[in-house]
Amino acid sequence: MKAFIPIPNGGPISRADIPHLPFDTFRTQALDIVKNGGKVVQFFAYEDGGTLKFLMVLRTHELVAAGCDAPETYPSLTSECEPFHLFEREMAEQYGIRPQGHPWLKMVRYHKNFRNKPDVFNNDYTQDIPGNYDYYQVAGDDIHEVAVGPVHAGVIEPGHFRFNCIGERVLHLEIQLGYQHRGVETLLQQVTPKRLPILAENMAGDTTIGHGLCMAQAVEALASVNVDDGAKIIRTIALELERLANHIGDLGALCMDVAFLPPANYFGRIRGDFLNLSLLLCGNRFGKGLVRPGGVRFDLNDEVRKTLNDRIEELKPQVEHVLELIFSASTVRARFEGCGRVSTEDAGHLGLVGPAGRASGLSYDVRRWFPTEWYGYLKVPENPKPSGNVYARALVRRDEVLQSLEMIQSLIDRPVTTRVVSGQMPALPPDSLSVTLNEAWRGEVSHALLTDDTGHILRYKVKDPSFHNWNGLAMALQDTGISDFPLNNKSFNLSYCGFDL
Amino acid sequence: MLSVLKNRFEQGYRTCNYPKEKPAVFPRYRGRPDINKDADPSVIQACADACPQDAIDVDKKRIDMGRCVFCGTCERVSEKKFVTFTRDFEIATSSRADLLTDGTLPDLARHSKQHFKKLFGRSLQLRQVSAGGCNACEADLNVLATPFFDLARFGINFVASPRHADAIVVTGPVSRNMKTALLQTYEAVPEPRVVIAVGSCAIMGGPFYGSPEVAPGLESILPVDLFIPGCPPHPLSNLHGLLRFFK
Ligand code: SF4
Ligand code: SF4
Repeated sequence: MKAFIPIPNGGPISRADIPHLPFDTFRTQALDIVKNGGKVVQFFAYEDGGTLKFLMVLRTHELVAAGCDAPETYPSLTSECEPFHLFEREMAEQYGIRPQGHPWLKMVRYHKNFRNKPDVFNNDYTQDIPGNYDYYQVAGDDIHEVAVGPVHAGVIEPGHFRFNCIGERVLHLEIQLGYQHRGVETLLQQVTPKRLPILAENMAGDTTIGHGLCMAQAVEALASVNVDDGAKIIRTIALELERLANHIGDLGALCMDVAFLPPANYFGRIRGDFLNLSLLLCGNRFGKGLVRPGGVRFDLNDEVRKTLNDRIEELKPQVEHVLELIFSASTVRARFEGCGRVSTEDAGHLGLVGPAGRASGLSYDVRRWFPTEWYGYLKVPENPKPSGNVYARALVRRDEVLQSLEMIQSLIDRPVTTRVVSGQMPALPPDSLSVTLNEAWRGEVSHALLTDDTGHILRYKVKDPSFHNWNGLAMALQDTGISDFPLNNKSFNLSYCGFDL
Repeated sequence: MLSVLKNRFEQGYRTCNYPKEKPAVFPRYRGRPDINKDADPSVIQACADACPQDAIDVDKKRIDMGRCVFCGTCERVSEKKFVTFTRDFEIATSSRADLLTDGTLPDLARHSKQHFKKLFGRSLQLRQVSAGGCNACEADLNVLATPFFDLARFGINFVASPRHADAIVVTGPVSRNMKTALLQTYEAVPEPRVVIAVGSCAIMGGPFYGSPEVAPGLESILPVDLFIPGCPPHPLSNLHGLLRFFK
């Protein structure tokens, strides 16, 4: 019997080589792999010459993939194994196909499907839909509901949170996103190639390098473009700078939420210093404009090298001292430790990735498992912290901040020259597939690019780590005080726009 | 306690002097474009062809800074013969048309509305609405509260409720799913209210232009008083816009 086959991270794959299984075989094998500990990396539908098809990429110790024809209705995989949950909802929304027996079929992003099929959720998209939905309710005299968003108190992205509480205690949190939906995946299939890198960079601005890399690598793999060592090193530095800025920002924000203001302010500023280092590299604080298929658009000249080195030397002790300040404060510990626990088992079921997964004891890190760029030559430590609470999520960030600083320092002075690329998009070969994964600061980002028989983009599937992790937040909140929500939310710091696409 | 004090000492005082002095930005920063009107038409055409945002008007030899995402492609394609990006971050305007530029911008202070200055010059409360986009605009608005920029020293704050606000600051291309929430927030701000569009998304859809899921710019929904271009605008661009328009 044909089965899922191993595929490389960021390799060119002929679509003909991906096993096309009968649906039942596809379903059984996928369930088998996931029930035995495999994780879902990509599971999506696409139209190919009038036929709707599924493609699935799973990871065990390797990446494996297979496809099949997609039935209009099919027995839900989620009904047997929850990690498929959100993927099936997404496909129901995007293509109007129904997973029979799905335990909780609701929309993901409030948009009509791509095929003009009747809407699975009976929504009328000429009407204003967001929020118009029967949220999960808990019955009982003492139960009250709290609704938050989409416009929140701070300068943050929109989403809707519905808490069912008994007194202070949260029984259930339902999260509905989709407010930021911009139709990114559809756009990627329609726009001229010159817009693709811009779209990739702006799916989630705080993950510019993560998403930008995934796109660049996918295009490079398909078009057989080689990237020189200098560019690989610069891309690695950029990805680590992105991680640093965000982790430091998050640690500061966590301090803010427990009213420990000095480190909150110091890290608020130091985060900006790291953003400025991205600006030093490429002219933009978020790294926009740096990564392009074929390499990078800016090299490391001596002046940039020196400034980068000097600044990091200056910042490193400051960062270390503020970290000490945070983690030696018993008040911080007291607030962080008891808060928002996700067990290793639950994290495994939900398929949590990135720091959130590592804080629940899952050691998965794309940089170690499926290294790209310069990571194969770097020692990326495992960072699992089994306790699964806010404290663990903060600790993982602390460790990664220190490690990233070291990685960058070890790379700056490597005397490699870099060919600067123009950003021209190469032509893509027909009937091909490329799947790319990178460890962005929130965890596994993955892009899958399929071309049709003329080399046009047939389907471009994007998965932000937040797609896996939002349910982790809901899980962490169960049975905690509602006043702990901000702290928990900050400790995950998930992306709305990366999810909403 | 000792370590709190030690850190306080190490951190020192770090608030920038702007607007008294202009802080230096690293050389690769791309601010206001300088345009060479005498450039060869074929060079300008090549820039226009390469521009991912279709922001270059070949006939008028202008760049639409509202569409531009400051990717620098045109500067590179023209080998600086048509476009050179300067380090000038003072690029906000009070009219959309002024963003279509040959490199010169009107003095924002003179074009700002006097009655807004009188009303809000000493105290200005802003309510931000994030309406799509990529969240980098929000991030670079948020940093205005950090010690380096310290917006509060000018009497400007971001507030939680639109009812406490004088102005709304909109980022993002206004997704279809955020339009109602945006309008409701706007309605909740007492009059006279100011609308500020931050970033190329809010100005014209940004990288997402053409998607049926987003508006073709905030102006198609609300009257806009202040435009701050960029993708995202540098925090100093935001600071400049707010100070020059209201102070
Ligand atoms: S810098 Fe602006 S005008 Fe130039 S190519 Fe990029 S988007 Fe177009
Ligand atoms: S203008 Fe650019 S930075 Fe701002 S939200 Fe839009 S894509 Fe992001």
